Amino acid sequence: MTKKENYTLNFGPQHPAAHGVLRLVLELDGEVVERADPHIGLLHRGTEKLIESKTYVQALPYFDRLDYVSPMCQEHAYALAVEKLLNVEVPIRGQYIRVMFSEITRILNHILNITTFALDVGAMTPFLWLFEEREVLMEFYERVSGSRLHSAYFRPGGVHRDLPDGLIDDISRFCERFPKHIDDLERLIEENRIFKQRSVGIGKISQQDALNWGFTGPCLRATGLNWDLRKNQPYDCYEKINFKIPTGSSGDCFERFLVRVEEMRQSLSIIQQCVKQMPEGICISDDPRIVPPKRADMKNSMESLINHFKLFTEGFHVPVGETYFAVEAPKGEFGVYLIADGSNKPYRCKIRAPGFSLLQATEYISKGHMLSDLVAIIGSLDIVFGEIDR
Amino acid sequence: MSYPDKKFIVEVVELIKSLLNFCDYEISNSKNEITIMAKQKDIFSILMFLKDNPSISMESLIDLTAIDYPNQEKRFILAYNLLSVSKNLRIKVKTKISEDVPTQSITDIYPCANWYEREVWDLFGIRFSGHPDLRRILTDYDFEGHPLRKDFPLSGFTQVRFDDELGKVVKEPVKLDQDFRQFDSLSPWEGMSKYLPGDEKSKNSND
Repeated sequence: MTKKENYTLNFGPQHPAAHGVLRLVLELDGEVVERADPHIGLLHRGTEKLIESKTYVQALPYFDRLDYVSPMCQEHAYALAVEKLLNVEVPIRGQYIRVMFSEITRILNHILNITTFALDVGAMTPFLWLFEEREVLMEFYERVSGSRLHSAYFRPGGVHRDLPDGLIDDISRFCERFPKHIDDLERLIEENRIFKQRSVGIGKISQQDALNWGFTGPCLRATGLNWDLRKNQPYDCYEKINFKIPTGSSGDCFERFLVRVEEMRQSLSIIQQCVKQMPEGICISDDPRIVPPKRADMKNSMESLINHFKLFTEGFHVPVGETYFAVEAPKGEFGVYLIADGSNKPYRCKIRAPGFSLLQATEYISKGHMLSDLVAIIGSLDIVFGEIDR
Repeated sequence: MSYPDKKFIVEVVELIKSLLNFCDYEISNSKNEITIMAKQKDIFSILMFLKDNPSISMESLIDLTAIDYPNQEKRFILAYNLLSVSKNLRIKVKTKISEDVPTQSITDIYPCANWYEREVWDLFGIRFSGHPDLRRILTDYDFEGHPLRKDFPLSGFTQVRFDDELGKVVKEPVKLDQDFRQFDSLSPWEGMSKYLPGDEKSKNSND
């Protein structure tokens, strides 16, 4: 009889199905995964350390670069945390703009995740169809902030600028058009035999285990738990908006996919409500202690010029205190634990990334599955290394 | 129901005060966030209590981190951030620890603490006793030092480059072409107020 030995395989760090720079050391018994040891940190940039040496406003753009497919949601968490420490009210129009763009970001993220997940299990078409729409959303980003990806648009106190002319109309036109693309996507893969064979019953996790492993977001909701920070711990103007929280029941890869598809529909409805309800007014607080003066004022008033100069060199001071603020980012709970010591720089800023907990459970979920199922599991967990490695 | 529910949070604080009586701790409620400041040796039992007690039931460990205060006798503060989805409640548990005394690992209570503890070990150099696999996690395989300590320089100590002759990546001490510039712009400036000094005069005048 031949001696049977387990096989150790290095998966990644350069592998398209690893969704970034994930190095997985796998121990395989034939094709069955016995042990999976994710090695992370290949994209570690020391964001938390860098933030400690930047002023509060300078630290904001780092949040775009964490989870680089859902930048604005992360800015949202940081802006809200700073506002809580400063005790600043955001004008209602600013709140609506932020919520609207958070939801655009959610669609942006889910398009990427759903289609690349489908690509991982063999369906190429959704990727080609929906990335065109993704580009349209990034154009909206560009029109408000000047850049497609790293927008740095949300600020403590509101948003940097008001919406440009005509953007609202284009966004509502997009909302009318986009449901058809979601239907197309569903028709393509929801009843597809191959897609279902690759995802139904794969990577199951129970509700209890999901909580123990620190799951949040769509992956937790796919296990049947109705938990969404937008509903349970609402921030900004989410309280005034009607939407449903889709949940699953078995918590496998297929249900995680279904939850995300339905979340895109709900996001569209939130955007439409924002468009309808958005009042006129200012979009950033008029508190001169934290918000720079208008350009026109600077031309006429010496004090405004000094104020502007001080805000962009020294920055504002945040009173001593600490807070943990979490938002429902597309991947789950994205939290910022901010400790202020009264100076113009954060003393410590801990970033709670949802993907960190999700990736950690990979070994638990994938044990006993085939190697090819592991690819589906990683795809369905929605992992982006910018936020995991920080 | 609006969140945060202030009344409920006050109730929970009272509840914890009455139920959690096997050790010393301080409990506070600031900005509607509950914080329990406990002793290092009690952390494991307090977290066990908070998770298992059905009227508090902190099902999930959301975050675990440390904060470095190099001037204090006990240098670090460990902060556990817990979430209860059934009660819609967050509780922070904090403890002061020194560099040389390891803390008991809580991977038996919350399995997801595994990577969080590895991260704290990697970035702060805080050890956890009873952890199944305390390796570095975020930094490079042969990294030295603990970068999130306040005495660790922002630039680090080494830089890497690919050496053509050796055909591999080599490490060298950091050489900055320009010194790192950290401007001390701190001033007693407290920001502008909404009204300029003298504005009140124009309101009161009649012209």
